[in-house]
Formats: sequence, C-alpha cells, structure tokens
Amino acid sequence: MNMPLSRKLIFYTLLFVSALLVFAPAMIAFMMSFMTNQDIMAGNMIPTSLTFDNYLAVFDRFPLLNYLANSFIVSIVIMIGQLILCSLAAYAFVFMEFKGRDVLFFIFIATMMVPFEASVIPNFQTIRDLGLIDSYAGLSLPYFAMAFGTFLLRQNFKQIPKELKEASEIAGIGHFKFYLTVVLPVAKTSLVTLGVYGFLTSWNMYLWPLLSTTNDSVRTVQIGLKQLQSQEQLNEWGVIMAGGIIVVLPTLILLFLGQKKLQQGLAEGAIK
Amino acid sequence: MSEAAIHSEELTALSFEKIKKKQRIISFLKGMLFLMPSIVLFSIFLFYPLVRTIYLSFFLTDASGTPTAFVGLDNFIQMFTSPVFLQSMQSTFLFVHYTVPGTVLIGLFLAVIANEKLKGIGFFRTIFSSTMGISVAAGSVFWLFLFNPTMGWLNQILGFFGMESIGWLTDPNFALISVSVTTIWMNLGFTFLILLGGLQSIDSYLYENADIDGAGYFYKLRRITIPMLSPTLFFVLTVSLINAFQTFGQIDMLTRGGPQNETNLIVYSIYQEAFMNYQYGTASAQAVVLFVIILILTLVQFKLGERKVHYQ
Amino acid sequence: MKHVELIGVSKSFEKQQNVLNEIDLSIEKGEFFVLVGPSGSGKSTLLRMIAGLEDITGGILKISDKTVNHLPPKDRNLSMVFQNYALYPHLTVEQNILFGLHVKKTPKKEQQKRLKETADMMGLTELLKRKPKELSGGQRQRVALARSVVSESPICLMDEPLSNLDAKLRAHMRIEIRRLQKKLGLTMIYVTHDQVEAMTMGDRIMVLNEGKIQQVGKPITLYNKPANLFVASFIGSPKMNMGKAVFSNQQLIIEDKLHLSLDRAEAAGIPKDKNLNIGIRAEHIFPGTHDNTTHELEVINVEQLGNETLITFEIGKELWTAKWLGQWNVHTGDKVAVSISMKNMSFFDADSGLLIKPASAEREQEVVAI
Repeated sequence: MNMPLSRKLIFYTLLFVSALLVFAPAMIAFMMSFMTNQDIMAGNMIPTSLTFDNYLAVFDRFPLLNYLANSFIVSIVIMIGQLILCSLAAYAFVFMEFKGRDVLFFIFIATMMVPFEASVIPNFQTIRDLGLIDSYAGLSLPYFAMAFGTFLLRQNFKQIPKELKEASEIAGIGHFKFYLTVVLPVAKTSLVTLGVYGFLTSWNMYLWPLLSTTNDSVRTVQIGLKQLQSQEQLNEWGVIMAGGIIVVLPTLILLFLGQKKLQQGLAEGAIK
Repeated sequence: MSEAAIHSEELTALSFEKIKKKQRIISFLKGMLFLMPSIVLFSIFLFYPLVRTIYLSFFLTDASGTPTAFVGLDNFIQMFTSPVFLQSMQSTFLFVHYTVPGTVLIGLFLAVIANEKLKGIGFFRTIFSSTMGISVAAGSVFWLFLFNPTMGWLNQILGFFGMESIGWLTDPNFALISVSVTTIWMNLGFTFLILLGGLQSIDSYLYENADIDGAGYFYKLRRITIPMLSPTLFFVLTVSLINAFQTFGQIDMLTRGGPQNETNLIVYSIYQEAFMNYQYGTASAQAVVLFVIILILTLVQFKLGERKVHYQ
Repeated sequence: MKHVELIGVSKSFEKQQNVLNEIDLSIEKGEFFVLVGPSGSGKSTLLRMIAGLEDITGGILKISDKTVNHLPPKDRNLSMVFQNYALYPHLTVEQNILFGLHVKKTPKKEQQKRLKETADMMGLTELLKRKPKELSGGQRQRVALARSVVSESPICLMDEPLSNLDAKLRAHMRIEIRRLQKKLGLTMIYVTHDQVEAMTMGDRIMVLNEGKIQQVGKPITLYNKPANLFVASFIGSPKMNMGKAVFSNQQLIIEDKLHLSLDRAEAAGIPKDKNLNIGIRAEHIFPGTHDNTTHELEVINVEQLGNETLITFEIGKELWTAKWLGQWNVHTGDKVAVSISMKNMSFFDADSGLLIKPASAEREQEVVAI
C-alpha cells in the first residue's frame, strides 16, 4: 500500500527527531572523545580541532586492554555456559518424559521470582568462602543457569516436529546424540539469539563484578570505567568519553549485527 | 534383535510391570542428567541465597557476615522505623513511578513509528535499539557530562535561553528526576525491541481488512494495534517494573544515593548497608523486602498474563 | 507365517479410557495391511504402539513370534514413514538417508552400497546433495521412503504418508509404494483415513472406529459384504445409499417413499419384525429401460465426470446417488426412469447396525468378471 506524501513526511520528521534525541547522548560522547581538553573546558559544543590523543591517553594511563580482555573472557564464558545449560534443560523439558518433569519446570519458573540483587549478600559470601573472589569462575558461575534462556530455547525446541524425535527413536538414536546432531543444529538461530543476549548482558554487568573483584587482575571494563570516571573527575572529560566509547563499541557492533534476530527471538521467548 | 527379546511364555503381566518400572527409572535419571547442571547452580546461587538471606535477616552479624546474635524481628522493626529506609522506599517507588510509564510509553511511540514500511526504516530501528548495547556504566558516564553543572549541554542549553543553571544531580529536587531520565534512556532500547517484535507479529490481514472498511490511522492504532499488542505491553510493563526495583549501576555512578539520600534506591541501600557498613543482618532484611516486592510483581504477571495469552 | 500379532491389545490414557479396545489381529509376512478409519478412531495410536512410540496398556504384541511389548522402538526391527516425512532439515538427502545406518554401525562400504541402490531405485541419485527444503513434496516423500528402505527392516509402518501430496501425485505414489513393497517383500502396515487409498493399496484392510475393529478383510469383501452400517457407509465412493425399510403388504417400503414389490427369494431369512436399514451402491441404481423401469424419480443434482454421470435423488430424508457409465443428458428437475431391485440391496439391523444379508447380485458379477 502506498502512503500519501504528507503522511510520509510526518513519519520521517518524527523518526528523525526521535533518532536525534535517542542517539544524542552517545553521539555527544563520541564527538567529545575526539575533542581537545581546551574545547571541552571552554564549553564548546562544536570542536575547533579533532584529536586522537584521548584514546592514546586512556590506553596509556589505564589497563584498559586488560579490562577489555577480562570482559571478553567473562562474557564468552557466561555465554557458552548459558547456552550449554539452557539448551540441556530445554531439551529435557521438550523431548524427555519422566516423572517430576512438570514440578521441575515449575521450579524453573519460580527462579524468575528471585532477583539476583536480593540474593547478592549470600552469593558474595559463597564466592568469597570458595576463594573465588578475583577469579573468572567467581564472576561467571552464578550466571550459567538462566530460566529466561531455558524458556526461550524451550519455545524454539517445541517447534521442532516431534516426528523427528520419533524417527530417531526408531533408528536407535539416543537422547544425547539427538540433542547434539539434530536439535542444536536445527535450533541454531535461537541459540545465536540467546548467545547475543547473554553476551550483551554479561558485558554490561555492573553490581556483581563490583563486588567480586578487588583488583585489576580480573576486573571487567565496566568497573574499569567507573574507576576511570572517579579518578579523572572534573578535568579530563575527553579521556573518560574515549573510555566510554571503547566500552560500548563491542556491544553496539554485536547489537547492530544481531538486532533483527534478537528482536524476533526475544519477542518469542517473552510472549508465547 | 537384542538379548532383551524374551519368549512370550516367560513374560507375565508382572514382569512387564517390572520392566516398565525400570524403564521409568532410567528415563527419570536421564532427564535429571540433562537438568542437573542447571538445578545445581540454581540451588547454590539462587535457592540457598534466598533461604540464607531470610535467615540472616533475623540476626546481627560480624563484619564478615557470620551471624552473631539472634534478634528476631528487630532488624525489620528497626528498618521500618528508620527514616533513612523509609526515605529509600519512598524514593524507590517514586523512581518506579517516573521510569516505568516513561519507558513503556516512549518505547511504544518509537516502536509504532518504526513499524511503518518506509525506506531506510532499518536505520532508525538500529538507532532506537542502540541503547540496549550501551552499558549502565558507559551510559552513566555519557549522562554525567550532560548533567555537568558548568560544561554540561543541558545547562548550556538552559543558559542559551537565558535560564538559570540547574544542579541536576546535586539539587535534591532534581536528582531523582535526572536519574530517572537516564534510566528511561538506558531501558529504551530493550523495550523498543520487544514492542517492535510484538507489533510485527500482528497479522497484516487485520490491517488490510480495516483498510477495506476505510478505517483511519488512529482508529487502527486504537482498535487493532493496542489490543493485539496487549500481551507484549503487559510483559514489557512487568519487566520494566522489576528492572526499576533492581536499579543499581546508574545510582552508584551518578549520585551514590545522594543528595540527602534522595536517590538512595533499595538495591543501593542494600549494597551500602552490607558492603560499606557491614550490617549484613539489616541489609538482608531489606533484601527480603525487595524479594517480596518482586515476588508479588511476578505473581501478578503470571496470573494476569495467563488471561492475556488468549489473545494470541 | 504370522509376522505381527496383536492379542487383546488395548490403550487407555489417563484422561481417556479405551482409546483402543481389545484389538486382536495378525498380519502375515509380506502382506500389505491397511488400517483405515475416520480421525480419532485410534488407527494412528495403534500404529504407534506397534512402533513402540506409545505404551501398550493391555494385551500382547508379538513380532516374529516374540513378545515385544517392553522393547524400545529400535529393537523391534522396523522402519516408519511419517505423515510430515520427519526429514532432518539441516542434513542433505544423502545424510538423511544414512542417518540411521551410522547409529547401527553399518560398515562404510556397505552404507555406500545401500545408498546407491536405494537412490537408484527411488530416483534420488541427482538429489543426494540437496537439503529437504530444496525438494518438492513428492521428492521429500521419496526421501522418507528411501530412509525406510535403506534400513532393510522387514516391517515398514506408514502413517498417512500421502496426505500432504496433491491428488495427482498421490495416485502415482500409491502405485510406487505398492510396487516397492512387493519388490522388497516388506510387511507393510499402512494407516490412512482415505478409503480409496485403503481399497487400492491393501491386501487386507482393517476398518477401525472409536477404538474398535469394525471389519477385517480383503478390499472387495469389505465393499461387497460390509459387516455393519459403519463399514458400508465408510467404504466406497460415492458412499452407499442408505434408507430405513419396512415390509408391508407384499411390499418393501423405503423411507416411506420407494415401494418395491417383494422378491420372495431375496426376502427369505430377513426378520420382518426388526427395524431394518437397507443399503444400495450407486452403480446398482440402473437407468430405467422400457422393460425394467421400477420408479420415476426427480433429479436434484447432476455431476458430469466425463466417463460417468452422478445423479442425485431425494428419497425421504436421504440423498441417493446413482452412478451411470457414460454421459447422460439429464438436468436438475427432470424426472428420470430408474431400475431398483431388491437383489442389489444389503440389509442391516438398524438397532445393532449389523449386516443381515449382503446384496446377492454381487456373486453373479464376480463370476462375470472372471
């Protein structure tokens, strides 16, 4: 259907204005990361000259590369852990029949009612008592099991025709082989969706890394940014913004690449 | 055939039952094998902490969190008579009241205008969803500058129109609002993505049918889009509510609970009590309150959500 | 030799009792056996019980004289073709065909040999590298068959395998499946809701309704001597014309409308005091000639099929259809002469539904056919 020109114009105006407002904070930060300190201190909105110094400075003065590497490792470990645990659990809920399955499923639902923030005190003590403070394991382990991810995959696995399972049973293919050679490849897209989601949320974690890291050895980039901001307060905004831009770059790229899948996948897991 | 093939003469109904029972046990064990990793981790990091938090809320603890003295409901009584905690609860509810409708309404607006079939719409969708990829820490840093009293853009714009500067994060009248605006911005991406997904799953024949009837744009919006989107809206609403109650990062980055405890939201309050003041008992009591609030919200979602699902 | 044998097999679910009730059946080696019935009759459940995909709640199932109630599907030595073909969407045709052989640890050389043979036989050689979504419905169907053939299992189960194909392809595949079964000497158990499929493919047919066996027999027996009203109306197309009948004053009165003079030989042995139903096949309502016209009936619908003409009449509350060879220039509203005789009628007890006496004219026809 063709839209009348006047309505098209209205929509484009709304879209442009909204896009400008939504993207402004990030855009301004991006601009500032290339501005000299004089420009910023003078309160100039438009830079008089562009510089790459802020980026050099932030890498020079901070173990940013170290933080980035830590964040990558933690996010990928969490992502893989979630994919394995969630897909195994979802498989059991869809393709296996056994006593107590429905009760267990209810327990999984119930976990959604326990906010991580409310259980953070004992978790901190557990990780501390296990000697996992300042370790990748301590950072990632509490996030492996995830009810939301299990639901999302369960939703997707349910769309696999049950005849595939039955055909495999007749051919003598066991559960684990069916899971590995049929279910995982067929549900690839939803695994990617969950992977992207898991990576994004892990990369952006704040409270837990704040509690479970005490030094630079495994500190993630988010906490690094907090340190940067609290130490550079007042004067070096360009450097702080350069740090901020570097922190968001990986997730923004991932989001842009996976936006469509994420949107469909999340909506499915959320509603159906 | 396998060794299990037995001649019928040897098989009575009883032995069938035995074999069936054995098979049931085997399939139970197999099922548990698949679920065990999740169950173990849930137990360690979710169920145990939950019980432990409730347990701790009845005790005083030393600085490492070991319970030292049973105090019964003292922590709760103290908490509900402490003006600081009551202030924190009030701020939390105000914060929720500011951010949830704001996020959902703006997200809905963006989703509706980005659902049109126009050239270049993909670009706008990407921009609108972008804040989902911006972490709490980075987002806070961006806004920290905008809120900066002298160099920040917000005050510069006010100055441009000849208005007085505002202490966005330092003025008790503005701090909570500033934090709320930042939060709305941060949550917009996720809300937008979910709502757009919901809009796109509405069958297009509904609109085509309305077009044939000659329905106008706003009529369709009100009579088709919003009702059909209601399950998604409902989901987004509850998720936003729960998220709002769990807000922590931006508080830590922007205001640290100040000024005058105006932005001391409940999770930040728990954090301070436990990890700054080492009062694990009272912190746990606060966590129990947070848990109860979330529990009620989730239950409401399940209860109402069940009914809403029939729309689909 | 009995290949598959069911003794008093029953199925109950928690919510639904007696989905299948005391099924006794034996299927010979190399036989093409069709289970036919309307949806919900329990035919698929029965097939799935034989396959081992569904628990047997009562009775005994034997395959090759061994009780297999407790065996998992893989140990029953059978293959199965599903309605939706159950092809693995991420694997190529070749991988799909070989998927089961990998598990059974068939040697690589043997695998390739069987693959080649099967692909040749099914005409899939050109398609081996394709994915299922790049195939047409008929090709997918053949891949599903190939997967079953390659397993070399002596028993093959099929669950409505043709229902996703269009009519033309379906007719073609009927012949292909039938030929394949004969060639490989498979014992075939075939489930369908389509009585044409059942009639054209089966060596023997079992008609199932509401979990109970209605009749087991050769297709032609089911057609000529339906054991009860259900089988009579289920088998045959167009379906058998039915009507309530009473004897009165040397006449047989059908639906208070048709009056036939009594044929003593035909009426012998039919209890006059019972509620009766009669059935007559469409091809037995003949066009009336000068000699044999028994009734003049008003036409309410005509279907010209080219090689034959279907003419519908209203008989009381029933609609009766006559099937006449060739093309007839008849129009709605016309009165046409027909010949209806008692010797073509099957008589049923209206209360129990059971057959009292089949149409006797069939016997003569069989002789004619030879």
